Formats: sequence, C-alpha cells, structure tokens
Amino acid sequence: MNKENIISILGEVMDPEIPVLSITDLGILREVELSENGVIVHITPTYSGCPAMDAIQQGIRKILAKNGIERVKINQVLSPAWTSDWMSPAGKEKLEAFGIAPPALTAGCALAEAGNDEPDHCPLCRSKNVELISRFGSTSCKALYRCLDCREPFDYFKCH
Amino acid sequence: MNPLSSYIIHLADNALILGHRNSEWTGHGPILEQDIALSNIALDLVGQARNLYQLAAARMNALTSPKEPDISTPAKKSDDLSGGRRLITEDGLAYLRDAPEFKNVVLLEQTNGDWAKTILRQFYFSHFQWLQYDALRNGSEPALAAIAEKSIKETRYHVKWSSEWVCRLGDGTTESHGRMLNAMEDLNPWIPELFIPADYERFASASGQGIDPAALYSPWLQRVNKILETATLPLYPAEKKDGPVLSGKHGFHSEHLGYILAEMQFLQRAYPGCEW
Repeated sequence: MNKENIISILGEVMDPEIPVLSITDLGILREVELSENGVIVHITPTYSGCPAMDAIQQGIRKILAKNGIERVKINQVLSPAWTSDWMSPAGKEKLEAFGIAPPALTAGCALAEAGNDEPDHCPLCRSKNVELISRFGSTSCKALYRCLDCREPFDYFKCH
Repeated sequence: MNPLSSYIIHLADNALILGHRNSEWTGHGPILEQDIALSNIALDLVGQARNLYQLAAARMNALTSPKEPDISTPAKKSDDLSGGRRLITEDGLAYLRDAPEFKNVVLLEQTNGDWAKTILRQFYFSHFQWLQYDALRNGSEPALAAIAEKSIKETRYHVKWSSEWVCRLGDGTTESHGRMLNAMEDLNPWIPELFIPADYERFASASGQGIDPAALYSPWLQRVNKILETATLPLYPAEKKDGPVLSGKHGFHSEHLGYILAEMQFLQRAYPGCEW
C-alpha cells in the first residue's frame, strides 16, 4: 500500500467532537511516512489541551489495523503550530451544513488577534445579524454566538 | 537537576497548578457560559503543562545516567523500563512529586476565593504568560519554542477574557468593585515573585533558551495598568517591591499547594501506576 492510499484511508478518521470533519479536513494529519518498521503518522493538535487527540490516535490505529497495517507509530508535531487556515474548503462547507459557522477569515488566522474574527453569517438562516455570547464554546476550538434574526444559538469555529 | 530541565518544569508547574485551580470552578461557575469559559482555560493550561512535562521528561531521560534518577520519585510504569531503569514520564512529573519539588509561583496556588479573586489571578498571570511565551517562541531550544508558539495562541484568549472581566467587575457595581479591591489586596503581595529570576531562569536566559522574567516587568506593568485604569481600579504600584518570604520557584510553597496535590495526586498515590 502506498502513501496516497494510506492518506485516503486516514481521511475516514473523524474528529470525535465534530463528527462531520475528518482529520484531513481539519489539517490535523500532517504527514505519512513509510518505513521498514511500519507506518509513521504525523499529527498536530488543534489546541494544546484538545481531549479529542487521544480518540483520534485510537481512530488512526483502528482504521489502519482494519486495512492490515499493524505497525504504526504516531508522532505528535507542534511546529508549525496548527492554524484554522489549514481547514480544507470542503471541510468548511461540511461544517456549515452541520450548523457550525466556519472560520470567517480564509488566511491569516494565525495572526488574527482574538476578537477580531467574527462569523460571516448564521449557519442556520444565513442572517448577518449575529452577536457573541462567549469566546469559549462547547469545545476549545469554538465560540458561542446567537442569531438576532432566527434567535437560534450556534457555534462558531474560531480563527486560530 | 539540569537547569534547563528545571526551567521547563517550572513553566509546566505554573500551567498545571493554575489549570487545576481553574478546574475547581467546573460545575460551580456563576453562569453556564462562564463556567465553560474557565473550564476551557483550565483545559488549555493543562494541555500546555502536558507538552512541557513531555519535553522535560524526554530531556531528563536522555541526560540522566541509570544510577542517578533526576527526581526522587520517578514514575513507576512497568512498560517504561529501559535498560533496567525507570523512565521519567509526564504523569510521573505531575503525580509523583511532592510539594517541595514543585516550582510553580506561589500566586498560582492561592485559593480561588470569590469570582473576583479567580479573575484577577488569571488576569495578572495571563498577561505575564503571554509575554513569556512571546519571548520563548524566539528562543534557541526548538521544542520549547514550538510549545510557546502553540500556547501563545491560546493565551491570547485568556488575556482577552480575563481583561474584559476585570473591567466588568472593576467598573461594575459598588459590590463588584469592592471585591476587586479585596482581591488586589490578597494577590498583589505574590506578584513580585513572578519577576525575580531563579537560578534556572538566569541560566535559560543566558543560554538563549529562555527569558529572564525581570525583563518582562515593564511591559507587564504597562499592559496590566492600562486595563486597571479602564476598570477604575487602583494601578499596580510601579516601584519594585521585595519578593515575598516564600519562593515557589525554589520549592518553598504556601500550605495551599499540599492540599491541591493531595486531591490531584490521590489516585496515583493510592493505586500506583493505575491506568484507565
């Protein structure tokens, strides 16, 4: 099995907290190496304390084992630091369809000062009339907003 | 202990102890959104501590000779045996050291008190930590610089959140203003320790791998006082004060740390090597 096959298999590993996004959509999967001793998978955490990382590592091992690859080493890389710039366009569409507003900035998230990024519109009714409830949402990577037109609260995936 | 390892453990202990203090609010926050906010900050800090402990453990395992363990109570995981010696692990560093081996500043082990005191402690420390990470990301130790680069992105949220709360409470009601004044009285005496370098901080700074905290005092003062002024609170006094009698950086802690460790380490002490 070559590197491309393995990357495509790993595209089935979902983030347990945002189950519509895979680790390739999120940019968590950084590199796959084939060596004599097996497969080395390089991943990077979104936030330092992201509790999904352990589940993601288990997911990687499980899906590779299912495809007959037992010898797997998972290496966590911190540099360059993960940024929401790495989220794929397909990932952003899936997020919005799931009811989570995707990061509004398409580039430069890494440099954005906290609070300078806002969702473009409500993912439910597309109104631009939204307000912040809290910078900290149900997971580290999300903020909580409310739509002032349809009145629904929604999550916003922060630029980071 | 190698001074750079001590330095990294000091940074990790600061993050872990404040993270643990903040986690005590989980389920007890004044409203749900703020309970979640503080729990998220706790999670960021514990995550940063993990990265730092992992780095310290890797360095210590590479440096120590089999007969001279770097800490008195290393982790006891059976699968961590390497050439007949016990390897140091992140869990061992967090759960199997006693209070005098912890190097966090005394400020961070102070009790949570009321919401105002918790907010003020976070505010003072987040501004300091932001400056520290900002300097560290240009340091000459690549793994430490990578952790700083990652962590500072999280710390900027902590800075913003705690600064907003300082303004809200300081410029709020007579009650909230009064509580902030009490919090300042409680916590200000512990601030000088942040800026008095320990030997390992001097070493790390001299070797280009770390930062001398004394250099962070002016920018810290400027940032903090700008917010305190907006919050209609008294400014942090500019003249440098003597440090407190205690020095957490050297393992001399207040009684509070022992209580934190008693709770945090209970499971690993009662059931050594327990995993689930």
